[in-house]
Amino acid sequence: TKEEKQRLRKEKKHQKKIKEKKDDKEEKPVGAASQPPTQPSQKGDLAPAPAPVPVPASETPALADKPAKSKADLKAERRARQESERASKQGKKGDVGQPVPTSKPKAPPSELQPVVKRLPEHVQVDNPDVLKKLAKKLERQQIPLRSDYGYKVSLFSHLHQYSRKAPLTQQLGIPSTVIHPAIVRLGLQYSQGIVAGSNARSVALLHAFKQVIRDYTTPPNEELSRDLVNKLKPYISFLNQCRPLSASMGNAIKYIKKEISNIPSQCKEEEAKSKLLSCIECYINEKIILAAKAIAKYSIEKISDGDVILVYGCSSLVNHILCEAFEKKRKFRVIVVDSRPRLEGREALRRLVQRGISCTYVLISAVSYILPEVSKVFLGAHALLANGYVMSRVGTSQIALVAKAFNVPVLVCCETYKFCERVQTDSFVSNELDDPDELIVTRKGKTQLEHWQEVPSLGLLNLVYDVTPPDFVDLVITDLGMIPCTSVPVVLRVKNVDQ
Amino acid sequence: MELQAVLMAAGGGSRMPDLTYNTPKPMLPVGNKPLMWYPLNLLERVGFEEVIVITTKEVHKMMSTDPKMKDVKMKLDVVCIQEDGDMGTADALRHIQQKIKTDVLVVSCDLITDVALHEVVDLFRAHNATLAMLMSKAHEFTDTVPGQKGKKKTAEQRDFVGVDQSGKRLLFMANEADLEDGLSIRKSIMRKHPRMHIKTGLEDAHLYCLKKAVVDFLADNKSISSIRGELVPYLVRKQFSKTTNSPKIKDDAEDQNQKTIDGSTNHGQDEPLLQLAQERSCWNDHRGDMSEAYHGGKLRCYVHIIDQGLCYRVNTLAAYIEANRLAPKLFEEPAVHPSAVISERCQMGSDSIIGALCQVADKTSIKRSTIGNSTTVKEKVKVTNSIIMHGVTIEEGCNIQGCVICSNAVIGRGADLKYCLVGSGQQIEPEESSATRLSSLIE
Repeated sequence: TKEEKQRLRKEKKHQKKIKEKKDDKEEKPVGAASQPPTQPSQKGDLAPAPAPVPVPASETPALADKPAKSKADLKAERRARQESERASKQGKKGDVGQPVPTSKPKAPPSELQPVVKRLPEHVQVDNPDVLKKLAKKLERQQIPLRSDYGYKVSLFSHLHQYSRKAPLTQQLGIPSTVIHPAIVRLGLQYSQGIVAGSNARSVALLHAFKQVIRDYTTPPNEELSRDLVNKLKPYISFLNQCRPLSASMGNAIKYIKKEISNIPSQCKEEEAKSKLLSCIECYINEKIILAAKAIAKYSIEKISDGDVILVYGCSSLVNHILCEAFEKKRKFRVIVVDSRPRLEGREALRRLVQRGISCTYVLISAVSYILPEVSKVFLGAHALLANGYVMSRVGTSQIALVAKAFNVPVLVCCETYKFCERVQTDSFVSNELDDPDELIVTRKGKTQLEHWQEVPSLGLLNLVYDVTPPDFVDLVITDLGMIPCTSVPVVLRVKNVDQ
Repeated sequence: MELQAVLMAAGGGSRMPDLTYNTPKPMLPVGNKPLMWYPLNLLERVGFEEVIVITTKEVHKMMSTDPKMKDVKMKLDVVCIQEDGDMGTADALRHIQQKIKTDVLVVSCDLITDVALHEVVDLFRAHNATLAMLMSKAHEFTDTVPGQKGKKKTAEQRDFVGVDQSGKRLLFMANEADLEDGLSIRKSIMRKHPRMHIKTGLEDAHLYCLKKAVVDFLADNKSISSIRGELVPYLVRKQFSKTTNSPKIKDDAEDQNQKTIDGSTNHGQDEPLLQLAQERSCWNDHRGDMSEAYHGGKLRCYVHIIDQGLCYRVNTLAAYIEANRLAPKLFEEPAVHPSAVISERCQMGSDSIIGALCQVADKTSIKRSTIGNSTTVKEKVKVTNSIIMHGVTIEEGCNIQGCVICSNAVIGRGADLKYCLVGSGQQIEPEESSATRLSSLIE
């Protein structure tokens, strides 16, 4: 929209000014960034890469906070601090060799901006210190620790891998007193896959939070705004243990926490609770239900009569769009592509055929055979990352790649609440490992892979997500409109400014 | 609070009258602990802090004097009901309806098991089920039972249990007694679940997780008196009744009950959100037809079937004997109670237990037996494969094999008893031999 574009122009001007001032300061992190890439560790690669990028982005709020001091004064202060740091580090440089390059890019960004870019815990599972920290944190919150299961393929050994047959409830007492029963039920449903899919998980999460808020009573001498947030923290850890949180769930949780902490302290408990409940209703209505309607409206413009549309897996949003288009009397047929082990396409197929849409069903191995027939590809997304990459069910990037090769337009449908500030360029760093036993198939009573753990050279890998680069995506349809993939950071920035 | 535990300890033990005519069934000693201690221990281990115990005044009195019951750290809320036996388990639930504030876990006092209870409760939680129950493979009791003349009695009436392909959803439940005209399955069930496994070798463990709505429903329907006999088959049938699935609410009396169960199983205000989450979720519990998850039904019954592990219902003599042999293996307690006085020349097998304050004299041999508290065993006694309850005196030279001797009995000198059941407080004359009356009952 026009407003967005104006805001963008202002920001760019602002940034240019900052860049001129900070040129000398940026040399340091950029220079240091060239050293760690030579190191083989993955951690070093990531730390400097995002560091220079967010530096200009976060400068704007930092500077905006200090209108009192003039910019020249601030600049001088910072320069003085940097000089002293540099001097002290030069002294230490003789003693400490390797750790300095890695600490250098981390130290100045922590000086320049209030947020330190650290690797999230869930991608450091092979680091025993991180595991110990996690165990301590869970112990404090009285939540059992779920142990990893089975052999992990070495490239993914930094991620958690749980077994579906060992639910977390084994270690919980039965009338669960520490964790609200609604949350235990939700955790079970997540780990067993009964509630699956980004939207479904967020809605179920908010539903459970509504019950928690309803049953909540403020203890004496405590404020609702602070105590309720503390109450929710162990629940969120529990849900994370059952199944790693999705980006949409993360955004929903952030919203709720913000709403809770914004409750004025003089507000009575009943009033506060009803306000929170209505906020949740409002969020679901706006971000999920109405967003779906808006996206359907935009997408129907893109669907013309005689189209052959390819969909992958079961995305609630894409199914909704297709059903709406069919209601509006568009003539099209659908090809549903499915993949093991989840075989979610069967459910998508059922929902579409139930409405009367004519469908074809293929497995992903046949995608290149069927693509010459296809006129459009509609994909759902689990999250849209800040650099324009699309994170979705594993197999999506493959379909996008093949579609690109055949020059078939790829349209990704995603609500704005799934936009995430993470940056990822590959599917290795941050992913989810599902139960490897799900890959095992029993035919005619024989299970060949039954004892796969005893074979030393065999590893089973069951990935859940993968990332699609923006070059393969032609259009992203959101509730704000139809935008190219590279505009995702703009939307994120506008959202941040709004908040 | 998530679940409230209710222990049904008012049953009479009608299937083993010889044992229970003096001691009520919940207080029968199994491995030197009262029978009702086992389910209470299971609940305590799992994490319950309070249990509502429904029992008779007699049992309540005995409970307060029993030392083992003092080991139970949970808070026991004892509700006494009349002993006349007219009250069924469902009637008892109706009686305590005011105390029930949340979903309820009903356990029978004669259940001895080491099952992981979270399996049953997880089914109840994850699928938002109305009923979740526990069943185990029925056991064949091989030991000869004292008091049974000749061959074993004909097998008890079997239960026909129908489960779906996953083995978790309960589709059909009927007792042989009700199926005189043959087993008929409704078409609506077959249409929704074309593959059904019907099992007959299962034993109900009488452990049920019920939603609060069911207890409220019981309060309105006074005609249902037994959980196992009437409520469970009713709920299983109602899963597939037409009115459950149709949105219209009829004025029929029966459908009025239907409406209460349906209406109260919902969470009221948040029902549309739950619906939305289910709609958006790409999960279905079955495949092959056009219906949504659970076929849109709100009432669901689940069962957890265990094939390995201990699960006994001590309601017959054979089960009682088997339980006595196996129950001690559940816990790692010393076989011999520290306060028992055992002479050194006694031969004791490793699978025997000796209770507190016992006195066992020289030259005795005790194998595969349970000896209760305060029992006296004199010299040259051979006890094999038997259960001896509390306060029994066994004089010299006796030979006891495969017997059950109830409390406070006195076995005279030189008696030779094989496969007998000696009632409470009885006196066996010296030199009495059971050879004259093979496999008999002495009362």
